[in-house]
Amino acid sequence: MSTAPAYSEDKGGSAGPGEPEYGHDPASGGIFSSDYKRHDDLKEMLDTNKDSLKLEAMKRIVAMIARGKNASDLFPAVVKNVACKNIEVKKLVYVYLVRYAEEQQDLALLSISTFQRGLKDPNQLIRASALRVLSSIRVPIIVPIMMLAIKEAASDMSPYVRKTAAHAIPKLYSLDSDQKDQLIEVIEKLLADKTTLVAGSVVMAFEEVCPERIDLIHKNYRKLCNLLIDVEEWGQVVIISMLTRYARTQFLSPTQNESLLEENPEKAFYGSEEDEAKGPGSEEAATAALPARKPYVMDPDHRLLLRNTKPLLQSRSAAVVMAVAQLYFHLAPKAEVGVIAKALVRLLRSHSEVQYVVLQNVATMSIKRRGMFEPYLKSFYIRSTDPTQIKILKLEVLTNLANETNIPTVLREFQTYIRSMDKDFVAATIQAIGRCATNIGRVRDTCLNGLVQLLSNRDELVVAESVVVIKKLLQMQPAQHGEIIKHLAKLTDNIQVPMARASILWLIGEYCEHVPKIAPDVLRKMAKSFTAEEDIVKLQVINLAAKLYLTNSKQTKLLTQYVLSLAKYDQNYDIRDRARFTRQLIVPSEQGGALSRHAKKLFLAPKPAPILESSFKDRDHFQLGSLSHLLNAKATGYQELPDWPEEAPDPSVRNVEVPEWTKCSNREKRKEKEKPFYSDSEGESGPTESADSEPESESESESKSSSESGSGESSSDSDNEDEDEEKGGGSESEQSEEEGGKKKTKKKVPEGHREGSSSEEGSDSSSSSSESEVTSESEEEQAEPASRRKKTPPSSKSAPVAKEISLLDLEDFTPPSVQPVSPPMVVSTSLAADLEGLTLTDSSLVPSLLSPVSSIGRQELLHRVAGEGLAVDYAFSRQPFSGDPHMVSIHIYFSNNSETPIKGLHVGTPKLPAGISIQEFPEIESLPPGESTTAVMGINFCDSTQAANFQLCTQTRQFYVSIQPPVGELMAPVFMSENEFKKEQGKLTGMNEITEKLTLPDTCRNDHMVVQKVTATANLGRVPCGTSDEYRFAGRTLTSGSLVLLTLDARPAGPAQLTVNSEKMVIGTMLVKDVIQALTQ
Amino acid sequence: MIHSLFLINSSGDIFLEKHWKSVVSRSVCDYFFEAQERATEAENVPPVIPTPHHYLLSVYRHKIFFVAVIQTEVPPLFVIEFLHRVVDTFQDYFGVCSEPVIKDNVVVVYEVLEEMLDNGFPLATESNILKELIKPPTILRTVVNTITGSTNVGDQLPTGQLSVVPWRRTGVKYTNNEAYFDVVEEIDAIIDKSGSTVTAEIQGVIDACVKLTGMPDLTLSFMNPRLLDDVSFHPCVRFKRWESERILSFIPPDGSFRLLSYHVSAQNLVAIPVYVKHSISFRDSSSLGRFEITVGPKQTMGKTIEGVIVTSQMPKGVLNMSLTPSQGTHTFDPVTKMLSWDVGKINPQKLPSLKGTMSLQVGASKPDENPTINLQFKIQQLAISGLKVNRLDMYGEKYKPFKGIKYMTKAGKFQVRT
Repeated sequence: MSTAPAYSEDKGGSAGPGEPEYGHDPASGGIFSSDYKRHDDLKEMLDTNKDSLKLEAMKRIVAMIARGKNASDLFPAVVKNVACKNIEVKKLVYVYLVRYAEEQQDLALLSISTFQRGLKDPNQLIRASALRVLSSIRVPIIVPIMMLAIKEAASDMSPYVRKTAAHAIPKLYSLDSDQKDQLIEVIEKLLADKTTLVAGSVVMAFEEVCPERIDLIHKNYRKLCNLLIDVEEWGQVVIISMLTRYARTQFLSPTQNESLLEENPEKAFYGSEEDEAKGPGSEEAATAALPARKPYVMDPDHRLLLRNTKPLLQSRSAAVVMAVAQLYFHLAPKAEVGVIAKALVRLLRSHSEVQYVVLQNVATMSIKRRGMFEPYLKSFYIRSTDPTQIKILKLEVLTNLANETNIPTVLREFQTYIRSMDKDFVAATIQAIGRCATNIGRVRDTCLNGLVQLLSNRDELVVAESVVVIKKLLQMQPAQHGEIIKHLAKLTDNIQVPMARASILWLIGEYCEHVPKIAPDVLRKMAKSFTAEEDIVKLQVINLAAKLYLTNSKQTKLLTQYVLSLAKYDQNYDIRDRARFTRQLIVPSEQGGALSRHAKKLFLAPKPAPILESSFKDRDHFQLGSLSHLLNAKATGYQELPDWPEEAPDPSVRNVEVPEWTKCSNREKRKEKEKPFYSDSEGESGPTESADSEPESESESESKSSSESGSGESSSDSDNEDEDEEKGGGSESEQSEEEGGKKKTKKKVPEGHREGSSSEEGSDSSSSSSESEVTSESEEEQAEPASRRKKTPPSSKSAPVAKEISLLDLEDFTPPSVQPVSPPMVVSTSLAADLEGLTLTDSSLVPSLLSPVSSIGRQELLHRVAGEGLAVDYAFSRQPFSGDPHMVSIHIYFSNNSETPIKGLHVGTPKLPAGISIQEFPEIESLPPGESTTAVMGINFCDSTQAANFQLCTQTRQFYVSIQPPVGELMAPVFMSENEFKKEQGKLTGMNEITEKLTLPDTCRNDHMVVQKVTATANLGRVPCGTSDEYRFAGRTLTSGSLVLLTLDARPAGPAQLTVNSEKMVIGTMLVKDVIQALTQ
Repeated sequence: MIHSLFLINSSGDIFLEKHWKSVVSRSVCDYFFEAQERATEAENVPPVIPTPHHYLLSVYRHKIFFVAVIQTEVPPLFVIEFLHRVVDTFQDYFGVCSEPVIKDNVVVVYEVLEEMLDNGFPLATESNILKELIKPPTILRTVVNTITGSTNVGDQLPTGQLSVVPWRRTGVKYTNNEAYFDVVEEIDAIIDKSGSTVTAEIQGVIDACVKLTGMPDLTLSFMNPRLLDDVSFHPCVRFKRWESERILSFIPPDGSFRLLSYHVSAQNLVAIPVYVKHSISFRDSSSLGRFEITVGPKQTMGKTIEGVIVTSQMPKGVLNMSLTPSQGTHTFDPVTKMLSWDVGKINPQKLPSLKGTMSLQVGASKPDENPTINLQFKIQQLAISGLKVNRLDMYGEKYKPFKGIKYMTKAGKFQVRT
């Protein structure tokens, strides 16, 4: 370690980039020796076995890289450590590798095998990081390996790995563009991914690799629109800008018939806003109203895009707001574009760089759509503390916004600005005044007077700028302004700024007939000072001389000749040329040039007044918000914004095959839909077996609970995560569970935290029946508060399971006698009917201690819509199943709501997770219309809350259904004495004991209530107990017969304490949670 | 997307570079230096500079230029927003974001940057996740690390990234569960010579500091949500509920974050809490000018105005000022011509004033414009718009959190023209 200090000196004291670090060791002297020895200490440190030394060395190396120094000669020493166990060393080695692999390709290959191994790791995060580094190493030789890795990762279980794969695509593409075709295949596959995590990254890859393949988007368009709100900000920006381009190619211009539907879009717009507040009812009204419009009907997909992007105007990210703003500007009907103004004005409060970009875009927009920003005029007022570039942009916007009505205020503001100390800004203000004057005739004279007053300003720059502007204004109506020209002529004595002098001379020359007396005199003065003038002034002097010669040759002939002779010998060839040319033209020579006869026409032709217009005019042919727009030049890789098509391309390309109702509960679909949600949570519980070993497992959606029950070792962290996972997706999952397959199909319920979007989906799903939409909507509304209430108890391992239970039983957790089931606000008829039925069954079952009743009433197995008239409910009967004591007996209620009899009802090939078995019910021959029947079946859940999936077959159809038991139903009561109980409890302590404190509500402070609630939640038997405030219950799990002992210590003072003792810890934790829930509600 | 990042200090040294794709030579920064020279002032350097092969996008914060190099079309705000996020992250990690701090923590900085972008596309930008990946340095940890040789890199894997609530750290535990909300409103105003308001608007933010165990689900409701005209949310806020019920419902990130920023609708007249009486006069012939300003309270709803600071950029012709304040301290920098007067509290009985003379350059003509006066002030326990939080409820966890709400009104860009 003696070398370390020497190195650290060098660390501080080195100079420029790439400079070899000589002399850090004065003793070593010579350049060569030091060059050789350089980094020897580091190499030594890297070769040791001590992680801490390695780390120290790597840190120094990274510090070198960060400062831009060359550390490439350390490559062999560093690459050896790629497989180091220490995670920080490893990370720093990766940093190093990615930086230098390109330069040291051969050596870099040494590290590849480590990454290849990493790609197979059971942990998704290790897989992802291996892929990330592997793809960042820019070594062409490994392209095939990368390709393979990307392909594999693209079908990985974990969305995080798939996201990394999406990131890797552009990397590979930039390395070897020959792989394009294969990469497009991968992109196509990933575009179909339904997780928000992947969406942004894959669209990014799409934009970099194959932005022209717009056809890949069709099938994913609606999904992307619906996912958008839950994608992270950066992804949103990319997706929105891609969708803008897409929409331009696929939809018709909403403005083409603008005049005809001046009002209509307005209505639609407000309508849609209400929709969001009120729900689907008005939504449908609005969409129904849409087709009523005659000349132009907006494609519902076009509308979908506009509607789904609008909330993003509220994003905290300026980039997202800008992206939405440009989307509206380019795609929305005129009447709707206005909504973006407010959000853009808000961005003006942000950092000055953001302001700069936003103002540029506002400037372009304000030319086209002035009305949009007019209400915010004052937000563009300029403060003396603004940076000059911002001031000038604001000025641009203010000028664009000025109109007949607000011009007085604007001019008053301008007057303040003119006195600013920032002279560049003052000059820009004068220009702006000039533009206002040309655009608004009414104030032209006022402006002109104001500008003339400025001519007496002390600051020359201001005067000069005014002269230039006045010149332009005078050109519009010179006749009336002889006085001003005279005034200007006087100024020639004082003004020194060349541009201004030139302007005055030009003016006098051009309008010499208005100032016949003064003009020759000015020429006289100028001739005197000719040699000292700037070039631009000299040119104008020649010009003036020529014009005067033509109009008033008597007085000015000699002067003109004098000036021309002076010019002839000027240093500047332009001036010499001009002099020669002018002389030939105006002074007729011997040959009598044909041109000189027309000299007057040439010099004194009436000239059109210049148009003062914004530099931002016509910039909108660039996509707003883009770099190209900002620079007003095409940047590399800029994708032209296409014009609207004349004829709308076939909208049906965006239709995703919509299975009819019959196919709705199709397992494939179901799986696809639930995959993202579950696979996420799977990933979190760490390296779960099921996630990797059986990726194609049909029961994937349910395997979560298996990993749940099986992962006793998983840390508390992952539990919490599961919890929030659930919380986010909770309402959705419940809903989807309940509806079976009603709402599947192309509508993808975004799984994010915002409950939003799904309600907005209604209108686009033209094929789904309106009834089901109403239903889903109301259910969701109802589910939301319910699920929250349910989630109130603390997170524990069992959290997700309870939530899997469908919505109805939530209501049932509160027995009707205590707290009547509050009827949900909006409930579809069918749901209401179901609830009604429920209440009846429950109240008829009088709670008694010995014949416990399941709290879970009838639950829906198959909705009548999904089942084509066949409605199936089920309930846990809590009676021992006759065939097999390990099975839970389940009553199935069939009712036929269709017109025709249903024949041959039976259970078809179940696909069950390991251990679960089903005893089918005997086939029901025929169920006539309007009739109901019941059957009993048994399921051995194997002491887990995994759902049992099976098919319900009729003669013609198959329905995929699933039953998931609440944990309380997995056990049967046992009767034992208090002593026995205590003995057994003594055996089940430590890990097997779960204790939780809770506060009992007052309603639960009596025996009856407590017992009823506990037994309703779990199928347990009461154990007699000596003390009055203690309750004991006992049961055995059905499959393994493990004891489950539950003790509730409800002392009158202080919190109650609930203890569950069971060998099955998972069941124990779940049970505690369920019971607490039941008690505290 | 983003190729490289260069950090450049005010004296033009590149003190950090990071490349996410192939290395871009640092000579590309020469174009930036050119532009910087042309702009004279740091804040006037154009944020986007085209060069023959690259585009340089820069932000200037904490006296450091963060220059991103890009090669192809990308929305400029995307890059600028990202750069600001980088600065915010550094600030979050190290408390301050300055050149020495970045140099001291160069390895952490490098690791953070590595995680933030993958191939130039943002990967993990939520500070909660980053902190899980790379622990911010604290004094204690540095000491522990040197002794035990352990590291700053979290050995947990960034699980948060995978969750549906990507902004929240997992496994959060606190002994004291607290949630504090600061409602801070800023008044942006321009007051003209005569004291009438040219433009005034209120911008507010709600900054939260939430330290709650587990996965709490909070709802915050207002007494008068109608006041909020234009809002922007942290991604955690459920937009739907706001749209339908005007309630903020969210699972908060752990620690401090900005929950909401809003704009109060323009219809409401803005109460201007202070006035400034000024008389500043230059005379053409004399080399002395007179200067007098008085600050007083106007509509303050009975609260005291604190932390008043008056600054003004004097014209170039002013050589020096000899002033006497009735309270507080004042400074005048003859080089930058910046006058600053730290007033402190305003006592309505005895209004603070600053009086004196200015010595002007002899022979120079009188400045055209009187200087504008910039005002800063604070009013505690008052949200000038009248916004009031109604209640805060927590779901999802069963402990009782400690809740606190603070109101404050500040001057934003508050300018008085004279």
